[in-house]
Amino acid sequence: MTEYLLRDVSPLGEGRTDVVLADGVIAEIGAGLTRDGATVIDGSGLVLLPGLVDLHTHLREPGREDAETIATGTRAAALGGFTAVHAMANTTPTQDTAGVVEQVWRLGRQAGWVDVYPVGAVTVGLEGERLAELGAMAESAARVRVFSDDGRCVHDPVVMRRALEYVKAFDGVIAQHAQEPRLTAGSQMHEGVVSAELGLAGWPAVAEEAIIARDVLLAEHVGSRLHVCHLSTAGSVEIIRWAKSRGIDVTAEVTPHHLMLTDELVRGYDPTFKVNPPLRTQSDVEAVRAGLADGTIDIVATDHAPHPREDKDCEWAAAAFGMTGLETALSVVQETMVDTGRMTWTDVARVLSANPARIGRVEGHGRPIAVGEPANLTLVDPSIRRVINPAEQATKSVNSPFRGRELSGCVVATFLRGRATVLDGGSCDEDVVVAR
Amino acid sequence: MRHLLSAGDLTRDEAVLILDTAAQMAATQSREMKKLPTLRGRTVVNLFFEDSTRTRISFETAAKRLSADVINFSAKGSSVSKGESLKDTALTLQAMGADAVVIRHQASGAPHTLAAAGWTSGAVINAGDGTHQHPTQALLDAFTVRRHLVGTDATGRGLDGLHVAIVGDVLHSRVARSNVQLLTTLGARVTLVAPPTLVPVGVSAWPCEVSYHLDEVVRDGKPDALMMLRVQRERMSSAGGGFFPSPLEYTRGYGLDATRLAALPEHAIVMHPGPMNRGLEISADAADSPRAVIVEQVANGVAVRMAVLYLLLAGEQTNEKVGQ
Amino acid sequence: MGSATPASDDWSAARVVLGEAEIARALTRIAHEILERNKGGDDVLLLGIPTRGVPLAHRLAARLVEVEPTLDVRRVVGSLDITMYRDDLHHHPTRSIGTTEIPGTIDGKVVVLVDDVLFSGRTIRAALDAISDLGRPRAVQLAALVDRGHRELPIRADFVGKNLPTSQSERVRVLLREQDDRDAVLIEGDDA
Repeated sequence: MTEYLLRDVSPLGEGRTDVVLADGVIAEIGAGLTRDGATVIDGSGLVLLPGLVDLHTHLREPGREDAETIATGTRAAALGGFTAVHAMANTTPTQDTAGVVEQVWRLGRQAGWVDVYPVGAVTVGLEGERLAELGAMAESAARVRVFSDDGRCVHDPVVMRRALEYVKAFDGVIAQHAQEPRLTAGSQMHEGVVSAELGLAGWPAVAEEAIIARDVLLAEHVGSRLHVCHLSTAGSVEIIRWAKSRGIDVTAEVTPHHLMLTDELVRGYDPTFKVNPPLRTQSDVEAVRAGLADGTIDIVATDHAPHPREDKDCEWAAAAFGMTGLETALSVVQETMVDTGRMTWTDVARVLSANPARIGRVEGHGRPIAVGEPANLTLVDPSIRRVINPAEQATKSVNSPFRGRELSGCVVATFLRGRATVLDGGSCDEDVVVAR
Repeated sequence: MRHLLSAGDLTRDEAVLILDTAAQMAATQSREMKKLPTLRGRTVVNLFFEDSTRTRISFETAAKRLSADVINFSAKGSSVSKGESLKDTALTLQAMGADAVVIRHQASGAPHTLAAAGWTSGAVINAGDGTHQHPTQALLDAFTVRRHLVGTDATGRGLDGLHVAIVGDVLHSRVARSNVQLLTTLGARVTLVAPPTLVPVGVSAWPCEVSYHLDEVVRDGKPDALMMLRVQRERMSSAGGGFFPSPLEYTRGYGLDATRLAALPEHAIVMHPGPMNRGLEISADAADSPRAVIVEQVANGVAVRMAVLYLLLAGEQTNEKVGQ
Repeated sequence: MGSATPASDDWSAARVVLGEAEIARALTRIAHEILERNKGGDDVLLLGIPTRGVPLAHRLAARLVEVEPTLDVRRVVGSLDITMYRDDLHHHPTRSIGTTEIPGTIDGKVVVLVDDVLFSGRTIRAALDAISDLGRPRAVQLAALVDRGHRELPIRADFVGKNLPTSQSERVRVLLREQDDRDAVLIEGDDA
């Protein structure tokens, strides 16, 4: 197996050192290292981060291979600096049995770009009525720990309570898609000034906040662990802050697009900007940035949601909800949080690697950059500015809301257990084939 | 301007030009020979994804009076009901050589999408999209108000100093949205009157006042024109959103009856975009009173649509494609 | 949306070919010719073609009434907008539409079309179409302050203020007090 000598890199953006990757682990760290036979990568000016971990990815396989496959989605993930992703359960068939989650897990291993951790559905068929066999999925080869009906809310309070209680047996977590269904029937975009003018059915902030408030109280009551997916409003941040101050075991995520984009973008009725939860206002963007910076929000997760062209090439109401994000997430975080001085690269490693790995209970990811740790790493050039062209991305779909935007930073290399999945900013197809 | 998508896109000068042109068009419509050769050889497609016989006939009449060829493309009984996308429908019309597409669609923003996506090179005229806009309705309303309250020699003038109250289901009304924008652009003051459930969140950003009390507006606001909006009975049921408790309660609070009619200033006119729910938002007394200009609105609709078609289609056509 | 054709740029190099007095004289002569040709003004209806044909028609009407005081000036003159009958609409930015005002009916009348400059004849062709949509006059005649030649249709004027030989590329412009600062006919040469 190829060994790598990363020369003159800056781990977590601090100082400069050489790093040797061998036998799947970080073998040496120090100045002026040499290593016979190792491939040398000039890392001057590059930031070395632990491989990123996405707690919220839609890989679409099985069922919607026209939008994404596990192979294309995980390759996109590697190019985005990820070494592990959690594959959401809303596939066809739904990931609600041990059989389906094991299939997804296996396909991920075969693809070899990142470690794929399937998310199990909370309820059978995401219907919100009957708990899926959570225990079987937890016991399966896929070792599922994160359960979510994402795309739908577990809105029945009794079902939610039971789910929260049940997963305690195997240290699982319920990742809730907080959306009160009655308040959002037919909703198309954030309810506010812009929706009033555009005549699109409004999606009130309270529909998200009410569910989060209920769920943190339920989690407190039953003493379980709750994770809140893609929170998007200032009120949601407040509720999480309050819950944490009470000692409730809750974690929260925000997506890159909610860190940067607002509902003003809907004015052109371009369905690229149609997403669930919807883009909110500038003050919400400010609130989620502040929440991420002060630790109220634990992680950034992409909610990478690829859709085939025909599902976006239509009138707004007929279009699908969702945006791609794996290949732009790190850049958006750098631009909104690092370049603005609100976070350090250490913080980035925390919200994009250590915390998601901890919440998902995945081993070997989100670890410190230290000798002996698994060599799951990504190397970033923060000085590059690039214009996003979805057609050039590895994801099968082109519904990136950042199309045509110039963003900061670019992933130069990604290593999965010491093996390069990305080098020189491109994916290493041959290495992956060899690894299989 | 290449398209007419939203009343909010119009400057005051553009709006006045449309009204002035409509006045000339209206003059031709009192002649024995109503047809003009102006748009001979031009093709106007009425693309209706939603039933609206009135609007379609109005546009059809307007186009035919200007000698354009008219193709009616209705979603019912067409390939659209078999799941053909807006895109493919538009490409088909483009292949047929449509110079203008008059589109009515149940989805807000569909005309924007059609105009911006480059699927058609023709002018796109919004004939009502979802709960968003219905700009030609607002233009015909403004035209009617100007005729009655500014005078016959209103050429070049706006609606400065006039007060228009718009009453009813503002939340779901593209007519209200278009009128708030256009009437204020033309210098009028607008008050929206509705039960709070039928006022959109975010209305505070609109250039108008909002009241929950029709009687107060009639008594203290002394509106020069009262525009009654259609209220759909199904909005009462819980399934329809449960926006108000009962038709009776709605009528008591927001219906225009003989008493409220009598309380209006003497010169005030009563308008309704149709079709009316007699007995719900407007009583027969009010609808049939001499102050109701509802039938005239229909006639003015043809003149205004002739003006819009003329202004968008008669000049030289830039064949560039718009949008991304 | 378009507006009227933009007013022409720079006419500083233009030459005056008719002054105020000459225009007045020409109109007086035309008025007499109209009365003579039609054996009085009883059935005559002067229709000015916007924009500058309209004030010319009103000036002619005033002269008719001077000669025949029994005529009612309001019944003698009107305007006829021909914008919507033009054959060149697609080649220009959208034009605004002028006013058509017919006192009474044109049926049985002798309609005298009044325009400032007769050039290709296309405006008059459009006017004839517009008239036929309005009714059936007994006869249609044409008065023009200036005939500059270069006809593209078989049309000629019955009453001409001045024949002005021009080259195709020259530009002729009529100024009238009612709309401009003075009365004058200007010509701008291609040699300028």
